[in-house]
Amino acid sequence: MTDQLPMPLQTGCEPSSSCDSRREFLGTAVAAVAMALTGCGKLSKEEFLQHNFRELSKDEVQTIIARLESEYKAKYGKTVKVGTEPAMPGVIFGYALDLSRCIGCRRCVHACVKENNQSRNPEIQWIRVLEMDKEEGVNLQHADQYYDPAEVPREGHFYMPVQCQQCKKPPCVKVCPVGATWREKDGIVVVDYNWCIGCRYCMAACPYGARHFNWGEPGLTPAEVNPDTHYLGNRPRPKGVVEKCTFCVQRTRKGLYPACVEICPTGSRKFGNLLDAKSEIRQVLEHKRVFKLKEDLNTQPNFFYFYGV
Amino acid sequence: MDILRNFKQFIVDTLGLMLQGGKLYYAWVAFLLLLIGVGGFAYANQLNHGLIVTNMRDQVSWGFYIGNFTFLVGVAAASIMLVIPAYIYDWGPIKEVTILGEMLAITALIMCLGFVLVDIGRPDRFWHIMPLVGRLNWPDSLLAWDVIVLNLYLLLNWFVVTYLLFSSYLEKHYKKALVLPLVLLSIPMAVSIHTVTAYLYNGLAARPYWNSAILAPRFLASAFCSGPAVLLILLQVLRKTTKLHITNEAIFKIAELMAYTMGFNLFLTAAEAFKEIYSGTEHMVYFQYLLFGIERNGVHYNTLVPYAWASIITGFIAFLLFLIPRTRTNWITLNLGCVLIYSSVYIEKGMGLIIPGLTPDALGEIFVYRPSFTEIAVAAGIFSLGALVFTVMLKAAVPMMLGEFTISKGRRAVDAPPEAGPIEA
Repeated sequence: MTDQLPMPLQTGCEPSSSCDSRREFLGTAVAAVAMALTGCGKLSKEEFLQHNFRELSKDEVQTIIARLESEYKAKYGKTVKVGTEPAMPGVIFGYALDLSRCIGCRRCVHACVKENNQSRNPEIQWIRVLEMDKEEGVNLQHADQYYDPAEVPREGHFYMPVQCQQCKKPPCVKVCPVGATWREKDGIVVVDYNWCIGCRYCMAACPYGARHFNWGEPGLTPAEVNPDTHYLGNRPRPKGVVEKCTFCVQRTRKGLYPACVEICPTGSRKFGNLLDAKSEIRQVLEHKRVFKLKEDLNTQPNFFYFYGV
Repeated sequence: MDILRNFKQFIVDTLGLMLQGGKLYYAWVAFLLLLIGVGGFAYANQLNHGLIVTNMRDQVSWGFYIGNFTFLVGVAAASIMLVIPAYIYDWGPIKEVTILGEMLAITALIMCLGFVLVDIGRPDRFWHIMPLVGRLNWPDSLLAWDVIVLNLYLLLNWFVVTYLLFSSYLEKHYKKALVLPLVLLSIPMAVSIHTVTAYLYNGLAARPYWNSAILAPRFLASAFCSGPAVLLILLQVLRKTTKLHITNEAIFKIAELMAYTMGFNLFLTAAEAFKEIYSGTEHMVYFQYLLFGIERNGVHYNTLVPYAWASIITGFIAFLLFLIPRTRTNWITLNLGCVLIYSSVYIEKGMGLIIPGLTPDALGEIFVYRPSFTEIAVAAGIFSLGALVFTVMLKAAVPMMLGEFTISKGRRAVDAPPEAGPIEA
């Protein structure tokens, strides 16, 4: 529709403006109320009236992408591409993490933040690395996320990175009151950041602490912006909505590895298509013995842990 | 049509009654408006900066707002406590009390919706949760259920109260064939709003503290303690300040019913505590955080401990005060009991429910949450809004219930109403 700046909010009718039709006027009035509610003047009528992503026609999607790209251009002063690549047929993504190799260096954590345009201030991290006692085994009540030694791994400890487990039965999707989050055909659980109302019920429902909330306006400088984005993935988020790991949907649907897999210096992270018998992930499932975190909750993750050595 | 014209007159007169009052009335309303203003200012600040001005974070993602919401759903549900004996057993003395109970339910529901609104990150997207217009994830999401039942319950109570007052205003007896089915419907509705709210937490396997089958029964039992406690004090205030006739018998009957629910509430709490502590699985950690505190790396986390025990002890003392007939019929001990049980349930169903459910968090981290100044100011604003709504409703309803103010009499005589006996409706 327009690739200029987001439409400024109209509070009254000017002779030449688009207030001719009553419907448009009503829309503007509703947007004005909404603006007063959010306390920010940046909410455009189009954004306010935008419907759930899964209900949009192709034309509507294109209009929205154009609007978002122009908004990002205005905000960050650079061209940000917002992709909408759908799930590839015949693909369900799976992930496996080798607990015996991980050294807890947190390179994955920071590569993820960089790739996925998370807020830097306050910093949101989709991967949390837990330091655990070897004597305790996997015991969350003996886990420390804030370990800070000069060198890792520390004597007597092992490390367990936790991120979204992309469950086959995701409790977060079930509880969302507005259907703002769902599981895509390739098994990735995504969030429509323009539909989420920020109630945080999904965060209470997630057994893995994988969902994160934009408590304030995301602090992301233009230099930090990764311009290759996906609508359901790493595009810059507004405040007041929930976000989560998407297995780097903007990369993996183009055949690239997720950023965390690519950066891992120990090769602890394995990723691939669960439906492809020759994939690395299937090799892991075939030759190693895997387990799932909090298996008893029957969330059925597509994220597996194993001991490779 | 006559009825429409009369109804219009009823609305005009109701607003007129709400706007006129003595100095004390104006002072009280001004005080409430001031607090609402403070809350509004704090909320505007929250809208500007986001929920970061609260002390909630990813680890403890719900806090004071949702705690108050949960507590108030209980207060709203508890009005049936008074409706059941009044309409089913046709127990006279309690009958005039039920309309007050229903008004209290309306007030509590307005506050509930207020607490939900201030808790969401994108209030501008409120329409997404509206049936038909938005995309309500029903029947999967218990929050979708809650939106539906809370609003239906609000409408139902609103209709019954308005209809009863309108009948009284027209100097007619209400139609029993209309009121009785609605009142009977409000009984399962009241149970359902609190059950659905309990299920909201109950259904989350990720949070073992909430994932307990007796959560909904506990919710109901505690609600039937705290809701009537508010009413008992209100009734005493009302019969002192207005000509509303409320017998001692009615008050003591409510107190007696409360003694049973309090006993049941304590029993359910004990059953839950036994299961957790005796079996001592790793799920006990949440109870431990609530009741005893947790030690991690030499730090003792015991923020909730004094509150938890205060809740248990005050609840037990209140139970004894209501159980023993002599203290139940003594005004000092009765009111003390009301304050104690109210505080007990406020702690238990507010912070005592939400915080230990989320601490330690899903990955075992202990994040110490205390509400921020903004959260307290916003909450004070919402409670004041509730108090204001209740005050103006009472202001108009009492003279109508008394038959002092009707379509034919009472105008311009609001400040000096004629003597009147107990209301008949």
